[in-house]
Amino acid sequence: MAYILKGETGDWEVVIGLEVHAQVVSNAKLFSGAPTTFGAEPNSQVSFIDAGMPGMLPVINEHCVAQAVKTGLGLKAKINKCSVFARKNYFYADLPQGYQISQYDQPIVGEGAIVLDMPDGSTRAIGVERLHLEQDAGKSIHDMHPQKTFIDLNRAGVGLMEIVSKPDLRSPEEAGLYLKKLRSILRYLGTCDGNMEEGSMRCDANVSVRPVGSNELRTRCEIKNVNSVRFVMMAIEHEARRHIEVYDAGGTINQETRLYDANRDETRSMRSKEMAHDYRYFPDPDLLPLVLDDAFIAKLKSELPELPDDKKNRFVKDYGLTAYDADVLVSERENAQFFETVAKGRDAKIAANWVISNLFGVLNKQGKAIAESPVSADDLGALLDLLADNTLSSRMAKEVFEIMVDTGKAPGAIVEERGMKQVTDTGAIEAAVDKIMAENPDKVAEIRAGKDKLIGWFTGQAMKATQGKANPAMLAELLKKKLAP
Amino acid sequence: MSLDKATVRRIATLARIEVPEADLEPLAGELSGILGWIEQLQEVDTSAVAPMTGGTDVKLPWRADVANDGGMAEAVTANAPDAQGAFFTVPKVVE
Repeated sequence: MAYILKGETGDWEVVIGLEVHAQVVSNAKLFSGAPTTFGAEPNSQVSFIDAGMPGMLPVINEHCVAQAVKTGLGLKAKINKCSVFARKNYFYADLPQGYQISQYDQPIVGEGAIVLDMPDGSTRAIGVERLHLEQDAGKSIHDMHPQKTFIDLNRAGVGLMEIVSKPDLRSPEEAGLYLKKLRSILRYLGTCDGNMEEGSMRCDANVSVRPVGSNELRTRCEIKNVNSVRFVMMAIEHEARRHIEVYDAGGTINQETRLYDANRDETRSMRSKEMAHDYRYFPDPDLLPLVLDDAFIAKLKSELPELPDDKKNRFVKDYGLTAYDADVLVSERENAQFFETVAKGRDAKIAANWVISNLFGVLNKQGKAIAESPVSADDLGALLDLLADNTLSSRMAKEVFEIMVDTGKAPGAIVEERGMKQVTDTGAIEAAVDKIMAENPDKVAEIRAGKDKLIGWFTGQAMKATQGKANPAMLAELLKKKLAP
Repeated sequence: MSLDKATVRRIATLARIEVPEADLEPLAGELSGILGWIEQLQEVDTSAVAPMTGGTDVKLPWRADVANDGGMAEAVTANAPDAQGAFFTVPKVVE
């Protein structure tokens, strides 16, 4: 459904493009041998190259190149066999070189696409403009001293992939779906851990608005470094409303960089970036063009894992799942793997249902990832086997599942220990029913006289008499027969 | 190609070099002279040459993804004018 914002002068739509900085998973930095581990002692992971010492020369990390190409292949994008590193010149305290080594007009990866899975089950392709490799900057810490900013260069020089979308997104919701899908692809590929809290995935949003029905692209504002999916969505909505208010009042929007303040839910201009758009890019004389041969690309292509879209299609086709269920299961590779272990040799739809409704419910409540699940895939599978062979009714299975969550025990052991085996012996159920009928002749008479609702009372009594273990289907069948008028 | 005074002022600002107003005009002349000299390269016919960013036939060297550097915060900050602990410090950058 189209996302339309109402203004005083009419209806507006939002045009959004996202720039995502994804930290490359690697041991060493993009151009130096310093490590990339998060949370180390200040300046302990800095080489003289990262510190911008005179005379030091950058040498590119082959794994970072491979990671960028792999990501490009995962985005079904064009891989540029020749790309060029350029210097992006600006002054900032956490940029010791005085320039960032980036890529400008010849990036390593060209156009690709990300397919969004919309809540209604449909899909929508969003264009990817490019992906390029660049260095991260250091970290400025403003709250350690009243007059000084402290600088830690551990992050300086770490490899980043900047992934730029086309201005194809039309709502905060689509922007959120795009980020989640991109994160999912990166995590499947193992090229970025996608952790927004630790800053290994950061997002800038370019936002503009235009009257509904128009095709113009109006002046955009760039909102910098928003660090969660939810905040990106909130920042976009806020910024779009600000533009509409300005236009409604007859004003104009200036192209500028703005900062989102989540506490106040507002964006404000970053004056420090006023001159920043004149970066005077030029090819870095320290680095020759990056040339890739076909064998290098072909090898990476052959090593690609099954990606979320392909997995989703396979789940729908092979397991008969709905697009929505498949989508939920494939968003994290570990979840999909768990499901496939449970579903192996069993009814896949029932398996999907248990994993999504019951297990994910518990994990959400406990704030745990699938790796920390109190119930293993094999145990959940064993529970479904007990359900399938009628040892447990579905109500009992849910009870056993809760005990599994609490104790971590295997379902077989729980059933054994607590004597929870479902009664499927017709004789036993019949005996219980006969006894209840003999003790309550008045109720039997009433039901035979047409008071159908009493069947619930008989079911309850019979369940109570069998400690809840009677097979519900068999009991219903028996009651129907015995209480027939 | 020649540079005017305003352009020189802008370049100086971007490069964070303080140039007194009186020096802008002479500097514009000098820089234009340098550019003019380099512009002689335009006379070479390059219509049959593919664009290049360097003049050598050397391939870009690659390094293996091995962490074998760093671990020397003291050496890295040794020349810093006002290091505190293992940090560099600068006058407060206000956003």
